[in-house]
Amino acid sequence: MIEVPRLQLSGVCKAFGANVVLDGLDLELAKGESVVVIGASGTGKSVMLKCILGLLRPERGSIRIDGEEVVGLRGAERERVLTKFGMLFQSAALFDSISIWENVAFGLIEGAGMDPEQARAIAIDKLAKVGLGADMAEQDPARLSGGMRKRVGLARAIATEPDIIFFDEPTTGLDPIMGDVINNLIVECVRDLGATTLTITHDMSSARTIADRVAMLYGGQIIWAGRVDEIDSCGNPFVDQFIHGREEGPFELEVT
Amino acid sequence: MNNPLAVVGRFFLNFLAAVGRLAVFAGRSLAATFSPPFYFRLIGQQMLVIGYYSLPVVGLTALFTGAVLALQIFLGSSRFGAESAVPNIVVVGLTRELGPVLAGLMLGGRVGAAIAAELGTMRVTEQIDALITLQTNPFKYLVAPRLVAATLTTPLLVLVADIIGVMGGYLVGIHRLDFNSMVYLKNTYDFLEAIDVESGLVKAAVFGFLIALMGCYHGFHSKGGAQGVGRATTDAVVSSLILILISNYFVTEAFFSQ
Repeated sequence: MIEVPRLQLSGVCKAFGANVVLDGLDLELAKGESVVVIGASGTGKSVMLKCILGLLRPERGSIRIDGEEVVGLRGAERERVLTKFGMLFQSAALFDSISIWENVAFGLIEGAGMDPEQARAIAIDKLAKVGLGADMAEQDPARLSGGMRKRVGLARAIATEPDIIFFDEPTTGLDPIMGDVINNLIVECVRDLGATTLTITHDMSSARTIADRVAMLYGGQIIWAGRVDEIDSCGNPFVDQFIHGREEGPFELEVT
Repeated sequence: MNNPLAVVGRFFLNFLAAVGRLAVFAGRSLAATFSPPFYFRLIGQQMLVIGYYSLPVVGLTALFTGAVLALQIFLGSSRFGAESAVPNIVVVGLTRELGPVLAGLMLGGRVGAAIAAELGTMRVTEQIDALITLQTNPFKYLVAPRLVAATLTTPLLVLVADIIGVMGGYLVGIHRLDFNSMVYLKNTYDFLEAIDVESGLVKAAVFGFLIALMGCYHGFHSKGGAQGVGRATTDAVVSSLILILISNYFVTEAFFSQ
């Protein structure tokens, strides 16, 4: 029996006016798999995530979660599907008006309707998993450094123990050491949960640490996908140029 | 060179599109306001921010408006020997017009800007997207509490502004214009009718709703980082002030047209 993919995108198209960002994108993630999508800035990686989450609606194509079509879902149906997701945003997107533990417990309290005291205990446990002590719980997120914010964002992403977790540029803006800490935390947390993850990044060190499989997005499509250990010998000139950060190559970069 | 008719047509179509977007946003906001879940704690917080923290600015505005009104009416009415009308005109002018309109304008600047800046920052830092991924409807969590709080607290603020404004006129009346204290108060009380206060409170509720709606709308749709948040804040203040003045006319017509 063929296993239904956890996440399946088929022919997804999204344009903003005349600017075609996704042009028939196909991608599949199996259950428990960690896929990293790499690509230059502005190639539509974030747009792809937003289409899957329903924050943007693709003009064409299909997006299936556990075999269920989710394009066009609204209201309660959309919220039901979103219970399967956790997300670490590029800027962490913590809510400044509430404390750190309330940020981590937000999905439990507001989404799942859990009792705040019970949710607080879970939040402190998740903060411990990302290396933050209980003494941080009452603090204001606005006072945290970039690395700390990412950790809290990661704790929030895993708090509801979702089936699928998205990581949007998890190491952007961090120094290499903190980037490595975040990468390892992601690997540990995901392994503990057994979740399927989709990460978008242009940090190859991050991709090599996190990924089971890597896919390259260019021109609105996945132009190469394969196991992470195949990437150095894949023979795709786009991938080769990207992973070695060379200026010369097939990429058409707009340098103004 | 552009055809002038095409320019006018494009402007008109853009205007209609903006009105349509605002109408859809208002509809979604109202639907969120009247359907569960209700965030009573957030409504309470917003009532504190919008109402209590605006008391000083609204009170000061009302105090000096009442005082200036008494002075100007006295100077004007003395030309034809009608100085005794000062308390009557002050109380009617304040409760019907100046109380709600000036409080509305002050709140439009203070509260409208704050709402647009807060929601605009949440939009550009992806906090609104994060709310959605955490299965929380931003219309229910962000917009509805602000609409409810502003609509309920603005009339209370205007009631306080009316009282402080009348007190401003009273202080100038008895200390500067030599009115008898008892006579001033009696004239104020006798001349005031329930509809004067009621119309002002209804205006206040409408203004509060419009201020919160414009703040939320522009904040919600801000884009482009700090500059976008700044533009959203300016648009929220300007549009709410214009809508206050326009709606003031129509509410006045509804209450007092023969």
